[in-house]
Amino acid sequence: MKYRMSAAVLALVGVFVSAYLLLYKMGRIGTLACGTGGCETVQLSRWSQFLGVDVALIGLLGYVTLLLLAMMGSRPAAATQIAPSRWLAVLSGLGVGFTLYLTALELFVIHAICRWCVGSAVIITLIFVVSLLDLRRVRSAVA
Amino acid sequence: MAAAPSGMKGFYVTIGVVAAAGVAFLGWQLSRRNSVSIPANVSVLPADTAGFHGYMLGTDSAPVVVTEYADYECPYCADFDIVTFPDVKARLIEAGKVRWRYRDFPLSMHKYSRLAAHAAACADDQGKYWQMHSLLYQGQPDWASGGAAGQFRKYAGIVGLDLGAYDQCMESAKYAGRLQASYDEAVALGVNSTPTFLIGGRLYPNLSFDQFQRVVDSIIAAKPAS
Repeated sequence: MKYRMSAAVLALVGVFVSAYLLLYKMGRIGTLACGTGGCETVQLSRWSQFLGVDVALIGLLGYVTLLLLAMMGSRPAAATQIAPSRWLAVLSGLGVGFTLYLTALELFVIHAICRWCVGSAVIITLIFVVSLLDLRRVRSAVA
Repeated sequence: MAAAPSGMKGFYVTIGVVAAAGVAFLGWQLSRRNSVSIPANVSVLPADTAGFHGYMLGTDSAPVVVTEYADYECPYCADFDIVTFPDVKARLIEAGKVRWRYRDFPLSMHKYSRLAAHAAACADDQGKYWQMHSLLYQGQPDWASGGAAGQFRKYAGIVGLDLGAYDQCMESAKYAGRLQASYDEAVALGVNSTPTFLIGGRLYPNLSFDQFQRVVDSIIAAKPAS
């Protein structure tokens, strides 16, 4: 259960990180607390949208989904259910793949690094890792 | 493998603490940006207006000077800028008939007019006035309902301003005096609505392109041949 709880806390942090970037994109926040200026370069680039949708919005929806999934999976009654573990692993795995794509864009196309994006990359990777650990736990408990 | 109630309690406390911290952080960020404001009714110093007569477009040898008194938050001004002004620019200003002079007349009834005019002035510092001017009018529905300062900064990024210099310009309100001078000039002339145009010593309310053309052509026709 501690893995799912950890995933829930991490996803909640991810919700706030992506909400912060989305509020910036919507013009509700003037300056990103970034330090390098790279955040604004990335957020104002055409790559800050994917198929016409703000990447920050995609991130927000993804983290909210992971948060709900991890919260439901953290209930004592769901402790030995494998479905939450599988869904967490699959969705966070997709998130890691998407993050790799975005990080490659930052490094090789935009030539700027957004610290908040790096923070999000760390969060989604950690969620993926704890999801895999949780999957292993449930499988061994069921076996 | 059911979790102990104390484990669940600790989990919910952690979630609550993280949620509270996140909400507090976002709230602080939102309020921080809204605190940027440009004061009205400031004393105008000679340095505020030295060498500045408005934002100009067109050749200085044009036979007619049109001065526009406008407010970035006024919907009629936005309509004029988006619908009519492109024709005026292409067929009168670029044709050498008109020299355009834009003056700010930020109405007190509009919450963000002065801030918008100041954002444009800061863009002028970096040679991007007209790009910013167009974005401000095009984006009026997005910022007039709130979050204006953040939107203006976003436009500053889009037009390619140095955002550090832009922030410094906005936070120092360095053009508050210039804006006040522009406002005072309009009041002294009797301007009481926006947009208003000063052409050949007469004030005109909002004009269509055809009306502009007639006024401009009549002034040119009345001028003695040189």
